Parts: sequence; C-alpha cells; structure tokens
Amino acid sequence: MRWRDLGIGLLFTIIIWQVLAWLVNRPILPGPAVVLYTFGRELVAGRLAGHFLVSTYRVLASIAISLVLAVPAGLALGQSPRLNRIFSPLLYIAYPIPKVVFLPVFLLLLGIGDASKIALIVVILFFQVLVVVRDQASAIRPELIMSVRSLGAGRLALLRFVYLPASVPAILTALRLSIGTAVAVLFLAESFATTSGLGYYIMVESWSRVAYTEMYAGVVAMSLLGLGLYYLADWLERRLAPWLFAS
Amino acid sequence: MSAPIVLLDDVTFTYHPQQPPIFQHFDWEVEQGEAWAVIGPSGCGKSTLLYLLAGLRQPTAGTVLVEGQPVPRPRASIGLILQDHGLLPWATVWENAALGVRMGHFYARKRAPRDTPRPYPPALPLSEVDAWLKRLDIHHLRHHYPNQVSGGQRQRVAIARTLALHPNLLLMDEPFSALDALTREDLQTLMVQLQAELGVTTIVVTHNIEEAVFLGRKILVLHVPPNEAPIIVDNPAAGSPAFRASKEFWEMTQRLREMLTPAARR
Repeated sequence: MRWRDLGIGLLFTIIIWQVLAWLVNRPILPGPAVVLYTFGRELVAGRLAGHFLVSTYRVLASIAISLVLAVPAGLALGQSPRLNRIFSPLLYIAYPIPKVVFLPVFLLLLGIGDASKIALIVVILFFQVLVVVRDQASAIRPELIMSVRSLGAGRLALLRFVYLPASVPAILTALRLSIGTAVAVLFLAESFATTSGLGYYIMVESWSRVAYTEMYAGVVAMSLLGLGLYYLADWLERRLAPWLFAS
Repeated sequence: MSAPIVLLDDVTFTYHPQQPPIFQHFDWEVEQGEAWAVIGPSGCGKSTLLYLLAGLRQPTAGTVLVEGQPVPRPRASIGLILQDHGLLPWATVWENAALGVRMGHFYARKRAPRDTPRPYPPALPLSEVDAWLKRLDIHHLRHHYPNQVSGGQRQRVAIARTLALHPNLLLMDEPFSALDALTREDLQTLMVQLQAELGVTTIVVTHNIEEAVFLGRKILVLHVPPNEAPIIVDNPAAGSPAFRASKEFWEMTQRLREMLTPAARR
C-alpha cells in the first residue's frame, strides 16, 4: 500500500470513529482527538512504550520461531508425497483444533512469562504456515523438477534452488495470515495472569480501572503493531520476491 | 570405431504390468556426434525413451548405457531440454542460465557415489554463462524474468543453461512445439548451427515431421507400443540451414509421412 492510500485510510478511520463517538456519546467511546492525545502522553510519560515493546518482542519471536519450525516441515512434506501421506491424517485432525484453548495448559507448564505466550502463538501459527508451504511446494510443476534434476541436482540442490525459493510467496502469504492471528492471540494471552504487554495494559491497567481513554490508547498501539507487521511483510515480499512485481 | 554414446540393449519398459510395454527387447545405438530425431504418434513412447536416457526413468528389464555407464539418476553430462516450464519463474534470465554452473559450485566438494560417474555439474567459471547468453543473443535480457521474455527467448535460456555445462549428450523433448512457426524455424536453424559448432550428440524428440527431417541426420520412427525393432531412416543431407529449401527435404518429409500414416503399417 502506498503512503497516500495509507493516509486516506487513516483519515476515513478517524472520521468514522469521530462520528460514532458523537452518536454513542458515552465515556466508553471517546473521540479520536482525546485518545490520540492520551496515546502520545502515555507513550512518552507512561508505561505504554514498555508494554508495546514487550508485545512486539513476543509477536516477532513467535512468528520467527514458527517460520523456522514450519517452513522446513512444510517443504519436507511438500516434496515427498510419501511423507505427506503419513502425516496428512494427523494434520487433518490437528489443524482445525482451536489451539488457543490450550492457554491454561501453557500457563501451567511454562509459567506466566514470555514463554507461555510465545509457545501458544507458535503452536497456532505452525499449522497455518506448514499447510500453506506444503501446498505451495507440492504444486511445483513436475516438468520444472525434472529439468532441474537433469542438470544434476540432488535432493539438497532441489531444496536450495527450487523448493525454497518457490515457497517464498507462500511463506509471505502465511506470514500475512499469521500476523492477524498472532496479535489477536497475544491480546488474549496477555489479558490475564501477566504483568506486561499491550493486552495487560488494555484489560488490566486501563479497562478494569475504567480508564477508557488509556484503554483506547492501548488499542491504537495494538493496531499500530499489526499495521507495522503488515508493512514489514510487504517490505519483505519486495525484497525476497521481486519477480512478483515484474511485468 | 569408438564405443556408442548411447546403447540400449534388450530394453523392456512398461508403466503398468497390465498394459503392453512401451518397449520390448528394444536395441538401439547412437554414435558420438550424431544428430538424431525421434518421431512417432502420441503415446508411442518417444518421451519415455528420452527419460530413460536422461535417468528420469529406469528400464523394467535390459540395459541402458550412456557414455558406457548406466543412468540410475540424471547427471549433468546429459543435457535435457523440455518443451516448457523448465525455467525457474523467480530467477532472472542470467540466474536461470547460471543454474547448472551454480549447482556445480554448490556440489564442488561432493564426490560421486562409489563406482558411478559423478552426476553433479562441474564447478565452471560463471563467465561461461555470459558467453552463452551472448552467443544465443539473449545477453541484453539477462535481468528480465522468464515471464517478461518471449517463448523463443525462454527456450534460448534453457539451451544456454544446458550447454553451459558442456554436455556430451543433448536430449530435447518437443523443444519448439509451443512456439510460432517462424520462431520455431529460427531455433531449429540455431540448433543445426550449434550441433555443427560443438559436435555434441543430439537426440530431438518431436511429433513434427519437418522438424525431424530438418534436425535428424538419422531418424528413429516409433509406432504404437510395443516397440520391438527400431525403424531407422537415414537422412544424410540434413545438417545445414539450406536443407529446408531443398528437394531432398521435401521428399524425405513425404517418405516419413507415409511411414507414419496408420494405413502404411498394415
């Protein structure tokens, strides 16, 4: 998305927000001006910046770990129909399980620090990334594989020169899908049994003490986190998959 | 006389045990430096023959030797060019042409499995790639992606990629079928020139009679399976760009056409 489009989108969001605030006309929905002012004040003077950094770290770490685990697994399944036959029933069962319900288990096993939140998000993202990468890798035309094999490529060279680059768009798509999920799950995981993060800031520090403008400042921070990650994915796509933009 | 570069000895190949074999007790020899065309109707097994030579398929029975060695897997000294889809869509023209050479560097320290020829490409200098792109008139396109160049140019990239590895045997499966007539003739002429320049043994599989006659100094005719004895047509006049305009060319296409019509077989 271009900067101009981003500006127009933001402007519309603020206008709709302001209109809704006037219509509702209650403390639970303050207007954008006061919220943005609070956001700035909390960022500089309050603890918002700290919570923002903690949440950013958790999301980035979860995404990185899930990519490191799921991409090789997806490539392995995608290039071997036999492996895929063995594991696809397991995936078929595991994929639709709402893994977020295991939050209490992770809290018990890994404690209330970063590890439980990161582990929960990793478990959720792992399957999303795995399935997308696997499907992309198995969709490579056999003619392409044959012609690269005819150059003398063994399994390793095929992975390095064909399967891995072929999955870059799939990895980035999976990344984009993951961002929304990761931020949402993070909010849930941070909203209880913890002492840091934007979820904690929104639910515990603000909402529970009826500080609605601070709460919305937290919502703005969480939205900026998601938006920033989307931009990161766009930037990565331009860097890693330039052929998608050549015409 | 030197040993044949390709030797099929009593080869039987079948995809399914229930179906008739594509080849049955089939013998065939190709000498070093020859230019062959393989022609036949669809389903006759001409692509299968190429895959057997390329190491992409294994014979059900019998022996396939290339350069005096069996081909249990593809090896870089045997080049293969397919009709399409052979280029990496995410790599530029230069990167595609350099793929084999880069894999040579990737495998530079890897040795061959015991008692078999080394299947990996040699670690040649990357400057070879530029030389080939220039020879094939596509050097100016080196930063383009495959979807930004024409079908004929894509096939030139595939040729550059294969020839950059100095193959001893060049296999082509319907290499120009997807191209328009003028581009096709242009590339056929190029192949005749390259064959003369390099002396590389070539085997072109085609369903196009004119292409077979223009490119093949020897023509192997396949029929509906099972193929048992090879039917070989000598075509010594082929091998020069001017051949296409000659009377012999026309006569040879007529002869092949008669051989390929189903009525002629019975």
